Amino acid sequence: MTFSSGLKKGLPIALGYFPVAFSFGALALSSGLPIGLASLISLTNLTSSGQFAGLTLILHNSSYLELMMTMIFINSRYFLMSLSLSQKLKPTMTTWQRMIFSFGVTDEVFAVASLEEEKLSFEYCLGLITLPIVGWSLGTLCAELFMGLLPLSLQNAMGIALYGMFIAIIVPPSCQHKEILEVVIVSATVSIALFYIPIFQSLGSGILLIISSCIGALYGAIRYPREGGIE
Amino acid sequence: MKYELIMIAIMALTTYVIRMIPLTFYRKEIKSIYVQSFLYYIPYAVLASLTFPYILYACDSMVAAGVTTLILMVLSYKGLKLFEVAMIGIVLVYILQLIIL
Repeated sequence: MTFSSGLKKGLPIALGYFPVAFSFGALALSSGLPIGLASLISLTNLTSSGQFAGLTLILHNSSYLELMMTMIFINSRYFLMSLSLSQKLKPTMTTWQRMIFSFGVTDEVFAVASLEEEKLSFEYCLGLITLPIVGWSLGTLCAELFMGLLPLSLQNAMGIALYGMFIAIIVPPSCQHKEILEVVIVSATVSIALFYIPIFQSLGSGILLIISSCIGALYGAIRYPREGGIE
Repeated sequence: MKYELIMIAIMALTTYVIRMIPLTFYRKEIKSIYVQSFLYYIPYAVLASLTFPYILYACDSMVAAGVTTLILMVLSYKGLKLFEVAMIGIVLVYILQLIIL
Protein backbone atom coordinates (compact mmCIF):
# COMPACT_ATOMS: atom_id res chain seq x y z
CA MET A 1 0.00 0.00 0.00
CA THR A 2 2.81 2.43 -0.89
CA PHE A 3 2.77 5.58 -3.05
CA SER A 4 4.48 3.76 -5.91
CA SER A 5 2.06 0.81 -5.84
CA GLY A 6 -0.72 3.40 -6.16
CA LEU A 7 1.03 5.10 -9.06
CA LYS A 8 1.40 1.76 -10.81
CA LYS A 9 -2.31 1.02 -10.48
CA GLY A 10 -3.13 4.52 -11.71
CA LEU A 11 -1.07 4.33 -14.90
CA PRO A 12 -3.49 2.27 -17.04
CA ILE A 13 -6.33 4.51 -15.86
CA ALA A 14 -4.36 7.59 -16.95
CA LEU A 15 -3.58 6.05 -20.34
CA GLY A 16 -7.23 5.13 -20.81
CA TYR A 17 -8.31 8.65 -19.82
CA PHE A 18 -6.03 10.41 -22.25
CA PRO A 19 -8.05 9.74 -25.43
CA VAL A 20 -11.37 10.42 -23.68
CA ALA A 21 -10.10 13.70 -22.25
CA PHE A 22 -8.73 14.46 -25.71
CA SER A 23 -12.16 13.93 -27.23
CA PHE A 24 -13.63 16.27 -24.60
CA GLY A 25 -11.13 18.96 -25.57
CA ALA A 26 -11.86 18.37 -29.25
CA LEU A 27 -15.58 18.73 -28.65
CA ALA A 28 -15.17 21.89 -26.55
CA LEU A 29 -12.91 23.49 -29.12
CA SER A 30 -15.13 22.65 -32.07
CA SER A 31 -18.16 24.05 -30.21
CA GLY A 32 -16.41 27.38 -29.82
CA LEU A 33 -15.37 27.43 -26.16
CA PRO A 34 -12.46 29.87 -25.71
CA ILE A 35 -9.12 28.07 -25.77
CA GLY A 36 -7.80 26.99 -22.37
CA LEU A 37 -11.20 26.66 -20.71
CA ALA A 38 -11.64 22.99 -21.62
CA SER A 39 -8.33 22.16 -19.93
CA LEU A 40 -9.39 24.18 -16.90
CA ILE A 41 -12.63 22.15 -16.75
CA SER A 42 -10.76 18.83 -16.99
CA LEU A 43 -8.25 19.83 -14.30
CA THR A 44 -10.91 21.00 -11.84
CA ASN A 45 -13.72 18.51 -12.51
CA LEU A 46 -12.13 15.17 -13.34
CA THR A 47 -15.33 13.51 -14.53
CA SER A 48 -16.41 12.61 -18.05
CA SER A 49 -20.21 12.65 -18.07
CA GLY A 50 -20.43 15.69 -15.77
CA GLN A 51 -18.06 17.67 -17.96
CA PHE A 52 -19.81 16.81 -21.20
CA ALA A 53 -23.14 17.83 -19.66
CA GLY A 54 -21.65 20.99 -18.13
CA LEU A 55 -20.13 21.98 -21.45
CA THR A 56 -23.51 21.65 -23.15
CA LEU A 57 -25.12 23.87 -20.50
CA ILE A 58 -22.40 26.52 -20.81
CA LEU A 59 -22.88 26.59 -24.58
CA HIS A 60 -26.65 26.97 -24.07
CA ASN A 61 -26.15 29.90 -21.67
CA SER A 62 -28.03 28.04 -18.92
CA SER A 63 -28.54 29.48 -15.46
CA TYR A 64 -26.21 28.82 -12.53
CA LEU A 65 -28.96 26.97 -10.68
CA GLU A 66 -29.73 24.66 -13.59
CA LEU A 67 -26.06 23.82 -13.91
CA MET A 68 -25.78 23.06 -10.22
CA MET A 69 -28.87 20.81 -10.20
CA THR A 70 -27.60 18.92 -13.25
CA MET A 71 -24.18 18.41 -11.70
CA ILE A 72 -25.73 17.08 -8.49
CA PHE A 73 -27.88 14.61 -10.43
CA ILE A 74 -25.19 13.38 -12.79
CA ASN A 75 -22.49 13.15 -10.15
CA SER A 76 -24.61 11.72 -7.35
CA ARG A 77 -23.14 8.29 -8.08
CA TYR A 78 -19.88 9.62 -6.61
CA PHE A 79 -21.72 10.06 -3.34
CA LEU A 80 -22.39 6.31 -3.26
CA MET A 81 -18.84 5.51 -4.34
CA SER A 82 -17.29 7.76 -1.70
CA LEU A 83 -19.57 6.26 0.93
CA SER A 84 -18.45 2.81 -0.14
CA LEU A 85 -14.77 3.86 -0.14
CA SER A 86 -15.10 5.41 3.33
CA GLN A 87 -15.33 1.83 4.59
CA LYS A 88 -12.07 0.87 2.88
CA LEU A 89 -9.80 3.62 4.26
CA LYS A 90 -7.36 3.01 7.10
CA PRO A 91 -8.89 4.55 10.23
CA THR A 92 -5.66 6.50 10.75
CA MET A 93 -6.31 8.69 7.70
CA THR A 94 -6.75 12.33 8.75
CA THR A 95 -9.52 14.68 7.62
CA TRP A 96 -7.15 16.60 5.33
CA GLN A 97 -5.91 13.40 3.72
CA ARG A 98 -9.48 12.27 3.13
CA MET A 99 -10.34 15.66 1.60
CA ILE A 100 -7.38 15.40 -0.79
CA PHE A 101 -8.12 11.83 -1.88
CA SER A 102 -11.83 12.56 -2.42
CA PHE A 103 -10.97 14.98 -5.26
CA GLY A 104 -9.74 12.02 -7.32
CA VAL A 105 -12.61 9.57 -6.83
CA THR A 106 -13.65 8.74 -10.39
CA ASP A 107 -15.47 5.62 -11.63
CA GLU A 108 -12.18 3.88 -12.47
CA VAL A 109 -10.24 5.02 -9.40
CA PHE A 110 -13.15 3.80 -7.32
CA ALA A 111 -13.26 0.45 -9.12
CA VAL A 112 -9.53 -0.14 -8.63
CA ALA A 113 -9.44 1.10 -5.01
CA SER A 114 -12.52 -0.80 -3.89
CA LEU A 115 -11.24 -4.07 -5.32
CA GLU A 116 -8.02 -3.91 -3.25
CA GLU A 117 -7.76 -6.62 -0.62
CA GLU A 118 -6.29 -4.46 2.16
CA LYS A 119 -7.43 -1.23 3.81
CA LEU A 120 -6.16 1.79 1.86
CA SER A 121 -3.31 4.01 3.11
CA PHE A 122 -3.08 7.71 2.23
CA GLU A 123 0.17 7.15 0.31
CA TYR A 124 -1.48 4.55 -1.90
CA CYS A 125 -4.54 6.73 -2.48
CA LEU A 126 -2.41 9.74 -3.41
CA GLY A 127 -0.38 7.60 -5.83
CA LEU A 128 -3.53 6.16 -7.34
CA ILE A 129 -5.13 9.52 -8.19
CA THR A 130 -1.97 11.33 -9.39
CA LEU A 131 -1.54 9.91 -12.89
CA PRO A 132 -5.27 9.86 -13.72
CA ILE A 133 -5.44 13.61 -12.88
CA VAL A 134 -2.36 14.25 -15.06
CA GLY A 135 -3.60 12.04 -17.92
CA TRP A 136 -7.08 13.57 -17.87
CA SER A 137 -5.87 17.20 -17.86
CA LEU A 138 -3.08 16.57 -20.34
CA GLY A 139 -5.44 14.79 -22.75
CA THR A 140 -7.67 17.85 -22.95
CA LEU A 141 -4.73 20.23 -23.17
CA CYS A 142 -3.26 18.24 -26.09
CA ALA A 143 -6.59 18.41 -27.87
CA GLU A 144 -6.71 22.17 -27.48
CA LEU A 145 -3.16 22.48 -28.79
CA PHE A 146 -2.91 19.81 -31.47
CA MET A 147 -6.36 18.66 -32.47
CA GLY A 148 -6.21 20.05 -35.94
CA LEU A 149 -3.38 17.65 -36.81
CA LEU A 150 -5.39 14.42 -36.34
CA PRO A 151 -7.67 12.91 -38.98
CA LEU A 152 -11.35 13.16 -38.02
CA SER A 153 -11.89 9.40 -38.30
CA LEU A 154 -9.24 8.75 -35.65
CA GLN A 155 -10.65 11.40 -33.28
CA ASN A 156 -14.00 9.71 -33.67
CA ALA A 157 -12.66 6.22 -32.92
CA MET A 158 -11.19 7.44 -29.60
CA GLY A 159 -14.66 7.60 -28.06
CA ILE A 160 -14.58 3.84 -27.53
CA ALA A 161 -11.51 3.90 -25.22
CA LEU A 162 -13.33 4.65 -21.98
CA TYR A 163 -15.86 1.88 -22.55
CA GLY A 164 -13.07 -0.53 -23.44
CA MET A 165 -11.63 0.13 -19.98
CA PHE A 166 -14.98 -0.48 -18.31
CA ILE A 167 -15.25 -3.83 -20.08
CA ALA A 168 -11.73 -4.79 -19.03
CA ILE A 169 -12.67 -4.01 -15.42
CA ILE A 170 -15.98 -5.90 -15.21
CA VAL A 171 -15.45 -8.95 -17.42
CA PRO A 172 -12.73 -10.86 -15.49
CA PRO A 173 -14.48 -10.83 -12.06
CA SER A 174 -17.79 -11.64 -13.78
CA CYS A 175 -16.25 -14.81 -15.18
CA GLN A 176 -15.01 -15.87 -11.75
CA HIS A 177 -18.00 -14.97 -9.58
CA LYS A 178 -21.55 -15.92 -10.48
CA GLU A 179 -23.01 -13.24 -8.17
CA ILE A 180 -21.00 -10.45 -9.84
CA LEU A 181 -22.00 -11.72 -13.28
CA GLU A 182 -25.67 -11.59 -12.25
CA VAL A 183 -25.31 -8.05 -10.86
CA VAL A 184 -23.67 -6.97 -14.13
CA ILE A 185 -26.40 -8.59 -16.23
CA VAL A 186 -29.24 -7.11 -14.14
CA SER A 187 -27.70 -3.61 -14.20
CA ALA A 188 -26.96 -3.73 -17.92
CA THR A 189 -30.46 -5.01 -18.72
CA VAL A 190 -32.17 -2.30 -16.64
CA SER A 191 -29.88 0.34 -18.14
CA ILE A 192 -30.69 -0.80 -21.69
CA ALA A 193 -34.42 -0.93 -20.92
CA LEU A 194 -34.46 2.58 -19.41
CA PHE A 195 -32.52 3.89 -22.37
CA TYR A 196 -34.93 2.56 -24.98
CA ILE A 197 -38.25 3.08 -23.16
CA PRO A 198 -39.34 6.56 -24.24
CA ILE A 199 -40.95 7.74 -20.95
CA PHE A 200 -37.65 7.51 -19.06
CA GLN A 201 -35.66 9.58 -21.52
CA SER A 202 -36.72 12.90 -20.01
CA LEU A 203 -35.04 11.91 -16.73
CA GLY A 204 -31.51 12.54 -17.94
CA SER A 205 -28.56 10.18 -18.10
CA GLY A 206 -27.38 10.76 -14.52
CA ILE A 207 -30.69 9.67 -12.98
CA LEU A 208 -30.94 6.66 -15.30
CA LEU A 209 -27.47 5.59 -14.21
CA ILE A 210 -28.41 5.82 -10.53
CA ILE A 211 -31.63 3.84 -11.03
CA SER A 212 -30.04 0.97 -12.94
CA SER A 213 -26.97 0.66 -10.73
CA CYS A 214 -29.07 0.78 -7.55
CA ILE A 215 -31.35 -1.96 -8.88
CA GLY A 216 -28.34 -4.08 -9.86
CA ALA A 217 -26.56 -3.66 -6.51
CA LEU A 218 -29.81 -4.18 -4.56
CA TYR A 219 -30.40 -7.40 -6.47
CA GLY A 220 -26.91 -8.59 -5.50
CA ALA A 221 -27.29 -7.56 -1.85
CA ILE A 222 -30.61 -9.37 -1.45
CA ARG A 223 -29.82 -12.46 -3.50
CA TYR A 224 -26.17 -12.88 -2.45
CA PRO A 225 -25.50 -11.02 0.81
CA ARG A 226 -21.89 -11.53 1.82
CA GLU A 227 -20.08 -11.48 5.15
CA GLY A 228 -17.55 -8.65 5.34
CA GLY A 229 -19.00 -7.15 2.14
CA ILE A 230 -16.46 -4.58 1.04
CA GLU A 231 -13.25 -5.99 2.41
CA MET B 1 -15.62 35.02 -20.30
CA LYS B 2 -16.71 35.86 -16.73
CA TYR B 3 -19.87 33.77 -17.21
CA GLU B 4 -17.87 30.76 -18.40
CA LEU B 5 -15.48 30.99 -15.44
CA ILE B 6 -18.32 31.15 -12.90
CA MET B 7 -20.00 28.16 -14.59
CA ILE B 8 -16.75 26.18 -14.42
CA ALA B 9 -16.33 27.08 -10.73
CA ILE B 10 -19.88 25.85 -10.00
CA MET B 11 -19.21 22.60 -11.86
CA ALA B 12 -15.96 22.00 -10.00
CA LEU B 13 -17.30 22.85 -6.54
CA THR B 14 -20.50 20.81 -6.86
CA THR B 15 -18.62 17.78 -8.14
CA TYR B 16 -16.00 18.03 -5.40
CA VAL B 17 -18.45 18.46 -2.51
CA ILE B 18 -20.42 15.38 -3.60
CA ARG B 19 -17.22 13.31 -3.55
CA MET B 20 -15.80 14.85 -0.40
CA ILE B 21 -18.66 14.70 2.11
CA PRO B 22 -19.14 10.93 2.50
CA LEU B 23 -15.44 10.11 2.25
CA THR B 24 -14.37 12.72 4.77
CA PHE B 25 -17.16 12.69 7.32
CA TYR B 26 -18.43 9.15 7.33
CA ARG B 27 -16.14 7.33 9.76
CA LYS B 28 -18.38 4.64 11.19
CA GLU B 29 -18.08 1.01 10.24
CA ILE B 30 -21.25 -0.10 8.44
CA LYS B 31 -22.57 -3.15 10.29
CA SER B 32 -25.50 -4.44 8.20
CA ILE B 33 -24.35 -7.14 5.80
CA TYR B 34 -27.03 -6.05 3.33
CA VAL B 35 -25.71 -2.47 3.19
CA GLN B 36 -22.13 -3.82 3.02
CA SER B 37 -23.09 -6.13 0.18
CA PHE B 38 -24.93 -3.33 -1.62
CA LEU B 39 -21.81 -1.16 -1.48
CA TYR B 40 -19.68 -4.13 -2.58
CA TYR B 41 -21.77 -4.64 -5.73
CA ILE B 42 -22.05 -0.92 -6.59
CA PRO B 43 -18.86 -0.66 -8.72
CA TYR B 44 -19.88 -3.55 -10.95
CA ALA B 45 -23.43 -2.23 -11.22
CA VAL B 46 -22.26 1.31 -12.05
CA LEU B 47 -19.74 0.22 -14.68
CA ALA B 48 -22.24 -2.14 -16.32
CA SER B 49 -24.84 0.65 -16.44
CA LEU B 50 -22.32 3.15 -17.81
CA THR B 51 -21.31 0.76 -20.59
CA PHE B 52 -24.60 -0.67 -21.81
CA PRO B 53 -26.09 0.45 -24.13
CA TYR B 54 -23.95 3.61 -24.38
CA ILE B 55 -20.92 1.83 -25.86
CA LEU B 56 -22.94 1.31 -29.05
CA TYR B 57 -23.13 5.08 -29.50
CA ALA B 58 -19.48 5.80 -28.71
CA CYS B 59 -18.51 6.26 -32.35
CA ASP B 60 -20.19 6.93 -35.71
CA SER B 61 -21.06 3.34 -36.62
CA MET B 62 -23.17 1.20 -34.28
CA VAL B 63 -22.08 -1.94 -36.15
CA ALA B 64 -18.41 -1.12 -35.64
CA ALA B 65 -19.07 -0.37 -31.96
CA GLY B 66 -21.06 -3.59 -31.47
CA VAL B 67 -18.46 -5.83 -33.11
CA THR B 68 -15.70 -4.09 -31.14
CA THR B 69 -17.63 -4.59 -27.89
CA LEU B 70 -17.81 -8.36 -28.45
CA ILE B 71 -14.13 -8.63 -29.33
CA LEU B 72 -13.11 -6.52 -26.31
CA MET B 73 -15.19 -8.74 -24.02
CA VAL B 74 -13.37 -11.83 -25.30
CA LEU B 75 -9.97 -10.11 -24.95
CA SER B 76 -10.78 -9.06 -21.36
CA TYR B 77 -11.83 -12.63 -20.61
CA LYS B 78 -8.45 -13.78 -21.97
CA GLY B 79 -6.80 -11.51 -19.38
CA LEU B 80 -5.63 -8.45 -21.36
CA LYS B 81 -4.96 -5.33 -19.26
CA LEU B 82 -7.06 -2.13 -19.14
CA PHE B 83 -4.74 -0.13 -21.34
CA GLU B 84 -4.36 -2.86 -23.95
CA VAL B 85 -8.12 -3.30 -24.21
CA ALA B 86 -8.69 0.48 -24.54
CA MET B 87 -6.04 0.87 -27.27
CA ILE B 88 -7.17 -2.21 -29.22
CA GLY B 89 -10.70 -0.78 -29.04
CA ILE B 90 -9.61 2.46 -30.73
CA VAL B 91 -7.73 0.60 -33.48
CA LEU B 92 -10.62 -1.84 -34.09
CA VAL B 93 -13.21 0.92 -34.35
CA TYR B 94 -10.94 2.94 -36.62
CA ILE B 95 -10.41 0.00 -39.01
CA LEU B 96 -14.03 -1.19 -38.92
CA GLN B 97 -15.29 2.33 -39.63
CA LEU B 98 -12.93 2.63 -42.58
CA ILE B 99 -14.49 -0.56 -43.98
CA ILE B 100 -18.13 0.20 -43.13
CA LEU B 101 -18.53 3.94 -43.66
